[in-house]
Amino acid sequence: MGGLQKKKYERGSATNYITRNKARKKLQLSLADFRRLCILKGIYPHEPKHKKKVNKGSTAPRTFYLFKDIRFLLHEPIVRKFREYKVFVRKLRKAYGKAEWTGVERLRDNKPGYKLDHIIKERYPTFIDALRDIDDALSMCFLFSTFARTGKCHVQTITLCRRLTVEWMNYVVTSRSLRKVFLSIKGIYYQAEVLGQLITWLVPYQFAHDHPTDVDYRVMATFTEMYTTLFGFINFRLYQTLNLVYPPKLDSKAESELKAEHEEDYAMDSESYLEKLSALSASLARVVATAEEEENQLDLFPTEGEDQENMQAREKEQKEQEAQKRLFEGLKFFLNREVPRESLAFILRCFGAEVSWDKSLCIGGTYEVTDETITHQIVDRPDMDKQYINRYYIQPQWVFDSVNAQMRLPVEDYFLGTTLPPHLSPFVEEKDGDYVPPEKLKLMALQRGEKPVQEDEEEEDEEEEEEDDDEEEDDDVDDEELTEEKNLKKLEGTRAQGKTLAVKVTPGKVKPWETGSVGNKVRLEQEEKAEEKRLAIMMMKKKEKYLYDKIMFGKKRTTREVNKLTAKRKAHEDASKAQKKQKKAKKQ
Amino acid sequence: PLPPLPRPHPAKGIHKCRKMGQDIRNTVGNVPMEWYQDYPHIGYNLDGKKIFKPIRNKDELDEFLDKMENPDYWRTVHDKMTASDIRLTDEQVDLVHRLQKGQFGDVNFNEYEPSVDFFTNEVMIHPVTNRPQDKRSFIPSLIEKEKVSKLVHAIKMGWIKPRKPKETTPQYYDLWAKEDPNAILGRHKMHVPAPKMRLPGHEESYNPPPEYLLTEEERLVWEQQDAEDRKLPFLPQKHSCLRAVPAFSRFIHERFERCLDLYLCPRQRKMRVNVNPEDLIPKLPKPKDLQPFPTTMSLVYRGHTSLVRCISASPTGQWLVSGSDDFTVRFWEVNTGRCMKTLEVGGAVKSVAWNPNPAVCLVAVCFEHTVLLLNPSLGDRLVVSSTDQLITAYEPPEEDKEQAVTWALSEGLEHNKGHRLTLTHPKAVKQVVWHGKGDYLSSVMPDNSSNLQVLIHQVSKRRTQNPFRKNKGLVQCVSFHPLRPYFFVATQRYVRVYNLIKQELTKKLMTNCKWISSMAIHPGGDNLICGSYDCRLAWFDLDLSTKPYKMLRHHKKALRGVAYHRNYPLFASGADDGSVIVCHGMVYNDLLQNPLIVPVKVLKGHQITHDLGVLDVTFHPTQPWVFSSGADTTIRLFT
Repeated sequence: MGGLQKKKYERGSATNYITRNKARKKLQLSLADFRRLCILKGIYPHEPKHKKKVNKGSTAPRTFYLFKDIRFLLHEPIVRKFREYKVFVRKLRKAYGKAEWTGVERLRDNKPGYKLDHIIKERYPTFIDALRDIDDALSMCFLFSTFARTGKCHVQTITLCRRLTVEWMNYVVTSRSLRKVFLSIKGIYYQAEVLGQLITWLVPYQFAHDHPTDVDYRVMATFTEMYTTLFGFINFRLYQTLNLVYPPKLDSKAESELKAEHEEDYAMDSESYLEKLSALSASLARVVATAEEEENQLDLFPTEGEDQENMQAREKEQKEQEAQKRLFEGLKFFLNREVPRESLAFILRCFGAEVSWDKSLCIGGTYEVTDETITHQIVDRPDMDKQYINRYYIQPQWVFDSVNAQMRLPVEDYFLGTTLPPHLSPFVEEKDGDYVPPEKLKLMALQRGEKPVQEDEEEEDEEEEEEDDDEEEDDDVDDEELTEEKNLKKLEGTRAQGKTLAVKVTPGKVKPWETGSVGNKVRLEQEEKAEEKRLAIMMMKKKEKYLYDKIMFGKKRTTREVNKLTAKRKAHEDASKAQKKQKKAKKQ
Repeated sequence: PLPPLPRPHPAKGIHKCRKMGQDIRNTVGNVPMEWYQDYPHIGYNLDGKKIFKPIRNKDELDEFLDKMENPDYWRTVHDKMTASDIRLTDEQVDLVHRLQKGQFGDVNFNEYEPSVDFFTNEVMIHPVTNRPQDKRSFIPSLIEKEKVSKLVHAIKMGWIKPRKPKETTPQYYDLWAKEDPNAILGRHKMHVPAPKMRLPGHEESYNPPPEYLLTEEERLVWEQQDAEDRKLPFLPQKHSCLRAVPAFSRFIHERFERCLDLYLCPRQRKMRVNVNPEDLIPKLPKPKDLQPFPTTMSLVYRGHTSLVRCISASPTGQWLVSGSDDFTVRFWEVNTGRCMKTLEVGGAVKSVAWNPNPAVCLVAVCFEHTVLLLNPSLGDRLVVSSTDQLITAYEPPEEDKEQAVTWALSEGLEHNKGHRLTLTHPKAVKQVVWHGKGDYLSSVMPDNSSNLQVLIHQVSKRRTQNPFRKNKGLVQCVSFHPLRPYFFVATQRYVRVYNLIKQELTKKLMTNCKWISSMAIHPGGDNLICGSYDCRLAWFDLDLSTKPYKMLRHHKKALRGVAYHRNYPLFASGADDGSVIVCHGMVYNDLLQNPLIVPVKVLKGHQITHDLGVLDVTFHPTQPWVFSSGADTTIRLFT
């Protein structure tokens, strides 16, 4: 009758998952190797729905992998390479121990290595997949390229990272795909739109790193190993799409121009070419020499209704983008030595400007400070001794703000020594109900083409207005009482006129809904609505009530935060105004 | 195990010259002495006799006293083999000291004696061996020559090539030249791509707007929080210019954490509920369309000096009776709010009930052990006098039966005050309820330990019955069915429905409440509401099920009273939060249609005193008005 008794944990979810240790044993790898394999192959743990079932009744905290994932790892050729490497290390140690130096050399020459090409292909079957996942690779490579060449990782890795990032920057410059930049306290964020994908990366400021001790650099190195491979292939493909030579070469014309006299002093032969590339001041050589990219016009299709609207919107968007790409075209910039050269040169070149710098700062400067045609000089110091009349001396934030605003902002706010306006993040998209800083509102007005009012007048006006506002607010508070009193008085007056009775009637309180004014009616209606809603909420089911409460809680929290920010802003402005007034008073 | 045997000592003869008395050498040899732990002896002496342990072992105290008193304690050593203490001699002590210092045990040993070379260090003129050199040490090796020539030949022939320098720079090519979307593994469809990093907001800027900077208190809070609890992982800072921006110290950390997230975190797709909260609110008929119902407070009946526990309206709707903890019962005229009569009774009034029969003017009042039937002499004189006649027309039966309560007719002063009949109960009475016809009334004496909890009295025959033989739990309240001979008894958690004619239990309703406080029956008789101390109101449809049709959690605090309106589809509940909630509860004649319940009004007015709000609610018999009595000594009328 009964048949075989079913055993527990031999079917169902318990067999779909495997703990990390078991997986490691199955693959016969050490923990470090297993970790490396997981990183390279992109295998991550899974959280089972029923942890206790999967854990065979135990509640001990364990990491679970999908059993299929582990089986998939079993067939990985790299696992064999790991084992070979292990053997190699053992042999080498033995040779060292026996002092067989020729043996050591021979072993070293035949050191087993592995390639990650097939893994990249497998993880990212299409190019777009790979491009979508490149954010982390970019940030990591930019970080590694800033490391000092001592100790923390192989020098080859650092140079490779540097090379790849320079290639990437050159690509972005040539394709003019940079969209947004942001100076944060962590570093500089860039966002580019490459083949329709938004790619964001973070570059640290140029400082020596204080290497933390609680960071496992082996993990980071493994990631970088994978990322450099991926990044190289992506760069190759991207260069191909633009008909550029890969590895990148400078234009022959530009190369001859860049021939500096003291090139040998500046860098070693092996590195000078990379340095020249990283200067970003020259254009790259193309496979087929073409003058410039032709404008790829959108073909017009006869469309109707909504499609047409969409079409128009798209066209408009494209036009805007084209305009943004030419933001700094025709301007000639000179970078002072105290500004971050690489990031500024990168940004300015991305938007079509000409850039140069002092030749002692870096290789690749194309003109001197004394050039009369320079329109803007970017300076980050309180004052300059010698100033040319025909150029603007501006602080670097102007470049960043202009790029984000997609227009050349008025330079007055960014002159030498002035207090800079706040630098806003271009990545924040305010939905309705969110807090919008007043600077952003001003900027949006400017983008719409409204002229900003003259500052000084405005301020004074504002002060007056604000005082008015305060009074008005007070009025609002008193409004209800006042109207009620007025109504009472009116009533009394009419009564007094109508009947002159000796009996004194003490006035009862006039309820707002009894007076006929429009505002009260509206208010009454609102109250009624609110009560209806309250009563309906009472009748909600428990589950829905919970959800509803949660949503409302979230909404309330956002409004609270917005209120807090506005209050803070107001307090700040009041304080600064009071200071100004004090100063004025002192002057007088 | 057997006790270890003595071993024959090899050097027995040597020791014989010693004095026999002193020599108690143990012959067990080098064995762990624990083996003898459980035996009275510790080994065997040279003669093979047992060496006995000292009779009394030294305990801690002895040890301590010894340590304090014995000047030689420091040089006394315990010998485990003989279980005796040995005092070390001076030489022995000296030896120990020397060994502790790392010196040789022998005092006379000189460790710094001059060293004498075994061989001389000078080069002698004669070699040690005089063997001539081998010939092979100065002629070239033939084997080597052969090997070299082989190599030369191989190189000449091109068999051996110099090692190629290894390619160190990685080679890149167009990896995705042949993209085949069909080649995508099934795994990739399951794959959850890593979420992107969060994009920075304004607060991360090097020069943020001033409102994003933290104030002093916020900063302190931030610093005291754990890293996981912080809303922002960094402190917003303002720098006046770009050159003043320092390096971010946690940059590598953050990148590393991202790496850890990428390979250690389980990934899951979270479905976000994207609902408009307005859609969740149920669509109910508008309260405006469900009128009439009480909306405003129009009268307040003041006069009581303590909390008003109970109220009841006369069947004509002209009068209201209220009982209070100040030992009085007051009669009010509903329309004017005038107190017509005040009657002092001998205890806090627990319950009042006006006889529902309009032809009889009687009010049942209960306090302490008594249920009092009053004739308030209000309203129609004919009715009043006929009521008096009804009571006096009683003829005592021939055989007097023993009854649970004593019926007493009031006379004299009390009669003038309005007292008519006094029913003295054996226990404190909590509630009185009239039957719809007005002849029967029931009283509740809650008591957990007896079956005498509910009594049914017949006024015309002055008879009392105890309907229940068994105790089914603490009775909270009882009620008569308005039309049929059913009787509802609410215990703490259940409501039992009894058929009075068949004398059996017909239904047991599960309320899902912790403690029922009040109960009301719909005038149709098929629906019932129960208020409970755990803030719930349960609506039962008796035809539908024994479980609540709807559970309403409208009140914030314990419910004290519930009531149905006799004509209008309304019911009300009063609770300790001081509010009365009026709901529209429409019951349809069609059995298939479920009752429609819509809250229509929250009436507020009562003040909360001693954590008590509204104590009782009752509807006006004809108008859509509701009365509520509260702990703030007032009764309020909402119209």
